[in-house]
Amino acid sequence: MRVLMFGWEFPPHITGGLGTACFGLTRSLARMNTDVLFVVPRAYGDEDTSMVNLLNASDIEVDLEKSEYSEFWKRIQYMTVASDIIPYVGPVEYSRTHIKKLKEEFHNNSIFSHRYTFSGTYGKDLMFEVSRYALIASGIAASNQFDVIHAHDWLTYPAGIAAKKVSGKPLVVHVHATEFDRSGENVNQRVYDLEREGMLNADRVITVSNLTRNIVIERYGINPDKVFTVYNGADAFQAPAIEKIEKPFPEKVVTFLGRITFQKGPDYFVEAARKVFSKDENVRFVMAGSGDMLPRIVRMVSKYRMGHKFHFTGFLKGNDVDRMFSYSDVYVMPSVSEPFGISPLEAMRSSVPVVISRQSGVSEVLLHALKIDFWDVDAMADSIYGLLNYPALSRMFSRYGRNEVDDLKWDNAAASVINVYKHLV
Amino acid sequence: MRSICFYFQVHQPFRLRTYRFFEIGNNHHYFDDYQNRYILRRVADKCYLPMNRLLLDLIKEFGQQFKVSFSISGVALEQFQKYTPEVISSFKALAETGCVEFIAETYSHSLSALRDEQEFINQVKRQQKLLNDLIGYQSTTFRNTELIYSNDIGDMVYRMGFDVMLTEGAKHVLGWKSPNYMYCNAQNPRLKLLLKNFRLSDDIAFRFSQQSWEGWPLTAEKFVDWLNQIDAREEVVNLFMDYETFGEHQWPETGIFDFMRALPQAVFANSNFSFNTPSELGYLLQPVAPVHVPFPISWADEERDLTAWLGNDLQDDAFDTLYSLSEKMKFVMEYARQIESEATESGFMPKISFEELYKLHDDWQKLQTSDHFYYMCTKWFADGDVHKYFNPYGTPYDAYINYMNVLSDFMLRLSKHSFLNSPPDLQQKEKSKTADDVKMIKISVNDKTKVKRSNTMQSAKKKDETKKNNTKSKSKTTSKSSSKKTNKESK
Repeated sequence: MRVLMFGWEFPPHITGGLGTACFGLTRSLARMNTDVLFVVPRAYGDEDTSMVNLLNASDIEVDLEKSEYSEFWKRIQYMTVASDIIPYVGPVEYSRTHIKKLKEEFHNNSIFSHRYTFSGTYGKDLMFEVSRYALIASGIAASNQFDVIHAHDWLTYPAGIAAKKVSGKPLVVHVHATEFDRSGENVNQRVYDLEREGMLNADRVITVSNLTRNIVIERYGINPDKVFTVYNGADAFQAPAIEKIEKPFPEKVVTFLGRITFQKGPDYFVEAARKVFSKDENVRFVMAGSGDMLPRIVRMVSKYRMGHKFHFTGFLKGNDVDRMFSYSDVYVMPSVSEPFGISPLEAMRSSVPVVISRQSGVSEVLLHALKIDFWDVDAMADSIYGLLNYPALSRMFSRYGRNEVDDLKWDNAAASVINVYKHLV
Repeated sequence: MRSICFYFQVHQPFRLRTYRFFEIGNNHHYFDDYQNRYILRRVADKCYLPMNRLLLDLIKEFGQQFKVSFSISGVALEQFQKYTPEVISSFKALAETGCVEFIAETYSHSLSALRDEQEFINQVKRQQKLLNDLIGYQSTTFRNTELIYSNDIGDMVYRMGFDVMLTEGAKHVLGWKSPNYMYCNAQNPRLKLLLKNFRLSDDIAFRFSQQSWEGWPLTAEKFVDWLNQIDAREEVVNLFMDYETFGEHQWPETGIFDFMRALPQAVFANSNFSFNTPSELGYLLQPVAPVHVPFPISWADEERDLTAWLGNDLQDDAFDTLYSLSEKMKFVMEYARQIESEATESGFMPKISFEELYKLHDDWQKLQTSDHFYYMCTKWFADGDVHKYFNPYGTPYDAYINYMNVLSDFMLRLSKHSFLNSPPDLQQKEKSKTADDVKMIKISVNDKTKVKRSNTMQSAKKKDETKKNNTKSKSKTTSKSSSKKTNKESK
């Protein structure tokens, strides 16, 4: 079996769990004799491609003379919704004419045949990037052989749809997060529409948890019969050596690791920290990550006069993440809305006991984690305090937690995904 | 006869390097040596050296008539010593003309006057000593960091032995009054105050190259014309500004050097103004009135208050945390000296490294540098550009995070020395209480001080230290006159 897979990020250049998940899944698929043609905008050149045939979308030659592209443009009529989505950047009218002009250029200008380069980051004209990506995807679909199309998250759904139109092969969309997870109730209508379009066009929808499955069914109105939950694995990367690095200070460490954005609930972490400090001075809190809510969090910390015991590390990668876990005595994931949440699994693998919010997909699979509601800072503070001060509790959680995580394998996830494919082919 | 008083602030902070969380407890080097050296070199070449040269030429040209004054922060002096020693010799050449006054300030350009009187006094003494060592000048007038002043600070400064101080002629303090007179402290009228004429000072320091300004282009003739428009009864025009105005904030292309070169000649030819230094004015002028400054003022920003350094949560958290260490830091130097002298006496390696204690004290003072708090300022409006220009950090949040990481490491180092919680003599007192033979200990303490004195006869460096010790113990005897024991010990 051969799969055409559209992802967005790929290790080592990851801005979230999506990249990690893509890598873990494709590697296990490859292990199970499934070929994966993984398409990602702008490869940086140093990705681990040993198992995966990595195609850089930026390197695709777009020759508009070829008939399949005019075919795509014919089909894009069907995607007018998507085209109208493009005015994300500025005033609607301006962008519409901009796109029209671009279309004309595509059709009329025979010299207009060159390499497209994606910016590769979530830029201002993201919507435009997304539909350009879809254009290229149809080219890839036309010139490659495969049995199934698999698209990860909304940025690549248009690409998946385009590829399906060109090739006629079945489409699987993989929902790692929905717009409701990213923006709460203030959804961006254009993103929502794109997501729904992708799910409607898909032959199967894979969600990372039942929490997400319910959102897909209830809020996007998708037929429950084609929505399947496949939990993520936790062994995408080699487990770090277990040796504990000696901390240079006596205090215990409570860690938050993730993007500092609304959906991750960093403000609840600060409130809980304040409550713990009032009972226990022998502790340091660390917030590792970056994000648009950082200034607000820093202001909160300084307002509560905790700056000397509450540290910020910035975005951590690679070894520094392992080092952070090795420092940690408690890991907290207070997410307001988390479709799955890989990071507590990484903490548990380093034998760090975790406190996670019930509003996370991962709480469906974990037994040995303290679960609290994200808004319940008293319960959060209680759990943190308990793990810090009652050794029996933390010992139990770190031992059993580790075993539990070792059983969460991407191979199991890949097997379930292959099952989904088999029903389609 | 009326006076122009030029005063230039020379200051360069020890900028912090990017200090990561993982370095806390592992790495105790806090400063960005590369960037500091680079900036010192650049500013020396663009400003300090050419401008010192220019002033020296002017002084030579006009004999004793052209005079200016400087304050150089201790941390700037230390960096000159390290990176650009030729700047020191050029200041020394200026000092030797007798036409240049050097003014005392805090060692690390700190805000200690607002929080910690003992530390404030220590810092001023340290700056005066370094200035004397390097440039050979004993300062007698005072100006606080960024002209920060209040009634209480003025009173404190007078008690330290200064009788002239410089500060801002802030509008909200002066009201209808003119800054162009000598004033005095409201609590202690014997402290004379020179107030900055901020309009004319800022014409040079900020507006000089602003083409949208109606005064542009500013020539020496035009400036003298403005000086002549000042009421004839007014006595002194205080032009206070950053020294980096010349060549660094205002580039040479703006004509700032030509302006200064032409100014003395224009003043002498077309006006009855003369140039004087602050201490001369202290002799020449009598205060016309006290100024009441219940809340601290400074020369910074539109507000002329402390909000450039303190007031938002980031700044207040950092500042409060820093000065919560005051109690512990109080005795570090005394301990270090005691341990060092005991070590040299006995010849054995001490258990506690006195070098580490000296380093702790030095880092403590450098962490007090006001610039660290300035970088955390969140005022973006009228003065945002000025703030941005001086700021090595992208945002105030970065500045805060970095500073707090460094401070956390510093606190860890400090916490390893639990003996710092109590003063050295107090520990001895406790010992003497528990021990039966009180007299024996007293004798041994006396012996030690004798030995100290005989040791210090040999080296000049140690002499100064004991002087400090003596003055400290003297001040103690006055403050703690009730406790007779300490009196005896110090005698």
